[in-house]
Amino acid sequence: MLRYLGRRALLALGVLWAAYTVSFAILHLLPSDPVEIMAAGGDRIAPDPDRVAALRHEYGFDRSVAAQYADQLVGVLRGDLGRSVQSGQQVTTMIADAFPPTLALTAAALGLGILLGTGLAVWGTYTRRWWLRQMLLALPAVGVCLPSFFVGLVLLQVVSFRWGLLPAVGDHGVRSLLLPAVTLALPCGALIAQVLARSLTTALGEPYIGTARAKGAGPARIHLRHALRNAGLPAMTLAGVLAGNTVASAVVVETVFSRPGIGRIIVAAVRYQDIPVVQGVVLLGAVTFVVINLAVDLLYPLLDPRIVPVPTRVRMEGTV
Amino acid sequence: MNGLRIAAESTPTAPVVPGRRVGWRRVGRFMAHRPGLVASVLIMIVVLVAAFAPGVLTSADPIVGVPADKLRSPEAHHLFGTDQLGRDLFARVVYGTSLSIRTTMIAVAVGLVVGSATGLVAGFFGGWIDEIVMRIVDVLLAIPSLLLSLALVTALGVGTVNVAVAVGVPTIANFARVMRAETLRVCNAVFVEAARSTGAGWWWVLSRHVLPHAWGPVTVLTTLEIGVAVLSVSGLSFLGYGATPPAPEWGSLVADGRDYLATSWWLSTLPGLTIALTVLAANRISRALDGEWARVR
Repeated sequence: MLRYLGRRALLALGVLWAAYTVSFAILHLLPSDPVEIMAAGGDRIAPDPDRVAALRHEYGFDRSVAAQYADQLVGVLRGDLGRSVQSGQQVTTMIADAFPPTLALTAAALGLGILLGTGLAVWGTYTRRWWLRQMLLALPAVGVCLPSFFVGLVLLQVVSFRWGLLPAVGDHGVRSLLLPAVTLALPCGALIAQVLARSLTTALGEPYIGTARAKGAGPARIHLRHALRNAGLPAMTLAGVLAGNTVASAVVVETVFSRPGIGRIIVAAVRYQDIPVVQGVVLLGAVTFVVINLAVDLLYPLLDPRIVPVPTRVRMEGTV
Repeated sequence: MNGLRIAAESTPTAPVVPGRRVGWRRVGRFMAHRPGLVASVLIMIVVLVAAFAPGVLTSADPIVGVPADKLRSPEAHHLFGTDQLGRDLFARVVYGTSLSIRTTMIAVAVGLVVGSATGLVAGFFGGWIDEIVMRIVDVLLAIPSLLLSLALVTALGVGTVNVAVAVGVPTIANFARVMRAETLRVCNAVFVEAARSTGAGWWWVLSRHVLPHAWGPVTVLTTLEIGVAVLSVSGLSFLGYGATPPAPEWGSLVADGRDYLATSWWLSTLPGLTIALTVLAANRISRALDGEWARVR
């Protein structure tokens, strides 16, 4: 078990390194010059060449790409992501300050999404009324098509402005978390419901369901204890993959609701080509993805004892 | 860029079971039982007309408004109402379609061409090429696609073409995976072995035997990715990285309406609904292509 853990952690670190390298390559090999933008200070006039050169030297943009890469990688290992080109602040502190609200939003949304998706899938496959079943199982397909910014704005319009129930913008604790969390939870829940409903339908046709029924288990017990437990694995994998994407989608939702968080810093950073900040946030997204997936992998044996953690090339071979 | 040529040379019309002719009566019967699919096809036709011939749908000007008519709610004369400068919102949505749909098409084309070419090469040649390509794909999948797009926009700058590339690159991984899996399957088929044994060169085997048979699932994925790309493109345009202001785009129209949310509901709701309907239609068509058609005989 310990060897398995070590292997998985090493593999996760490898993925993180690769993700960092990809983002470095994208940001440093493509044509963009943050120093020019910074030196211009938002004006249209051509920046002073001496000032450009000085800034370039200060941020290390004047050295070879390989030297910059080596330097930054050592910095990352020490927990130093460099300084923001815009504000000169340490990227690590910027992210550490902005991450808690984003994390709260993401966690609330994921929790809500899992509840919503599971509820919908279980109800949709449980009910005997065909029209209700059709309707419930068609909902997720609609849910994945709604752009999150559109859902957010409609919720704002109806709940905050028309009914005046919840605050529209700003950070007022749990009350202002509710609408953004629902907005972010909808696409998550829809995807989970789609996958779970499909695997529940498959599981309900398995022979062990017949056995359970023959032994006298009621429909609710069969559905929740026997089928759901076996059908839950694919949905759990999906939830792990969704976690990383939810952090990313939070960027859009935070913009809609004008919430503080990662979204606010990256939206500005992209516009001003603030490379260190963008790179830090991309790394944060990859870290979230890797950590959650590691956790999900370790949870598998608890849900299904047939899955034994064997020290083999688990992920490497199973990518098809 | 070989993939581009291969793709252009031999494109089967539809992912149908090879050798089966598409009869119009069968199409008619298939559609008659699926009103949602008929509606989806109609929506897609309207969207395509709006994208390439916006003048057909509206005669109003999307850029110049009549200040006296500002913030009118939807009515017969202004189907979608007017915005704060008195511009007809319906015209802006229609003209916005052309920018948004073209951006989407470029994005999907980037993913389709680059992704399926690399997937094809990886699956066909195998060995270390396959190993390297699939490792890169794994890494691309570990970075949330929106963040990858934002990094690309940072590097390339704002603008519709740059947004298209930024949305297209993360989808390369999906196309490569599907194409590789299908290529691996086809490469084991007897007819490929037969072609090889008659002394056909690798290029001939790849373009005449493998590609035409490995094409189907990628076509289905393409229709699915159109829906996803519409969402991503309008998301980036909502954040303000798309076309420069007076030019309308679906995402930026929704963003513009934010300031009038409390008083003029139609400004962001109607463009948003347009996006949602388009994605819904694209996904419905994708589902019809994915198995539903082949299952019904």
